[in-house]
Amino acid sequence: MLKGRRRNFEDMIIINTISIILILTGLLFFFGSVVGVLRFPDFYTRMHAAGKGDTLSSLLVIMGFAVYHLGQIHWMDFVWADLLVVIKLLAICAFIMLTSPTATHALMDAGYEDGIEPLTHKKGNALREPKVKGRG
Amino acid sequence: MGNRTFIFVLLLITWVVLSGQFDAFHLALGLISCALVTWMSSDLLFRNRQDSIWERVHEGWKLAWYFLWMLGQIFLANIAILKLSLSPNAMEQVNPSIVHFKTKLKSDFAKFLLANSITLTPGTVTIKIKGADFYVHAINEAAAAGLDGEMERRIARIYRSEARAPEDGSQRKGGS
Amino acid sequence: MGHSGKEAAEMNAFFVWAGIALLLMMVPVFYRMNIGPTAIDRIVAVNVIGTKTAVLLVFIGTIFPGGRIEMFVDFALAYGLLNFIGSLAAARFFHRSKALGGEIDVEGEAEEF
Repeated sequence: MLKGRRRNFEDMIIINTISIILILTGLLFFFGSVVGVLRFPDFYTRMHAAGKGDTLSSLLVIMGFAVYHLGQIHWMDFVWADLLVVIKLLAICAFIMLTSPTATHALMDAGYEDGIEPLTHKKGNALREPKVKGRG
Repeated sequence: MGNRTFIFVLLLITWVVLSGQFDAFHLALGLISCALVTWMSSDLLFRNRQDSIWERVHEGWKLAWYFLWMLGQIFLANIAILKLSLSPNAMEQVNPSIVHFKTKLKSDFAKFLLANSITLTPGTVTIKIKGADFYVHAINEAAAAGLDGEMERRIARIYRSEARAPEDGSQRKGGS
Repeated sequence: MGHSGKEAAEMNAFFVWAGIALLLMMVPVFYRMNIGPTAIDRIVAVNVIGTKTAVLLVFIGTIFPGGRIEMFVDFALAYGLLNFIGSLAAARFFHRSKALGGEIDVEGEAEEF
């Protein structure tokens, strides 16, 4: 039995690099989302940044961890608990992909029903101040 | 019957993944509780119970491909958000409008899928669904022009029950 | 799951710094939660922070000495679930009580409903 195959150095390097790239991409997209949440002018546009950036960045970071933990499995003395960690991480991914847009939509709907007016351009290029009034 | 077996197997897989115990005691507990849940609420997951298991699997397969395409769209959306939020003149590029259109999808799950897909694609977020009416917030004109019903046709292609795919997309009406 | 060897230590250091970066990027969202003009802005910020906390739990589990990742993955799963339910409940509750759009407008006068 080759002991060297258990921790193949090259494979570890490749897997770790993929994981690092995924996590860094996720952090980059989260940065964009955070800047959007801070800068965008009204609730609806902020929701664009929050909803999309949140979904993809969580997805990418957790995917990166799934890849990393897949690389940590010792295939020679295999225990199911190690693989279950990866499966659970993928389950979190699927869960986030389903629920995060739904939560975004629910919050959007609640805000719209409550009469928060979306801001729109006037004739010129200036933005109208968001006016908020109860609609009933 | 086939659907019940399908749901039971689905629940059992979830149980095994979440518990991580493989001894007889835990597996027996899982069997009992999954059978109980299947017996009580098997009619909650699927609306039409005529389809066979193989059609479900086929739909699931097509759904997986759809999610792959979706992932690409989410990437594009996030790159757009990143560009927009980091550009110094972001406020000039933001020109929101609310687009209203009617969908031809019938089942609730297809509508849910369409709403989530609209939320995740570049520049658009679903605000409200009322029956067949969709109200979509678009961040600028380009995003509003992108709502041409292409996604709807993709979703309609997944489900056989969505009798006819809309030929000309959804007819868009003016903003609110 | 042995964390032995040089590259494992380097990966651990990377995870620590990435986690710190994630934590620092949550601070502006906290700021938005504080100043958010409407109540629903605050709910959105809490929702974002909650999702990121679930991600942060995976970070903590990975760098946790002794390798208890399977425990922390369960935490993250439960936290993400509760976060989803919580934001739905908050949206529903504030919608019911008609207090969602309440804000002090630009002139500094509280608007009446």
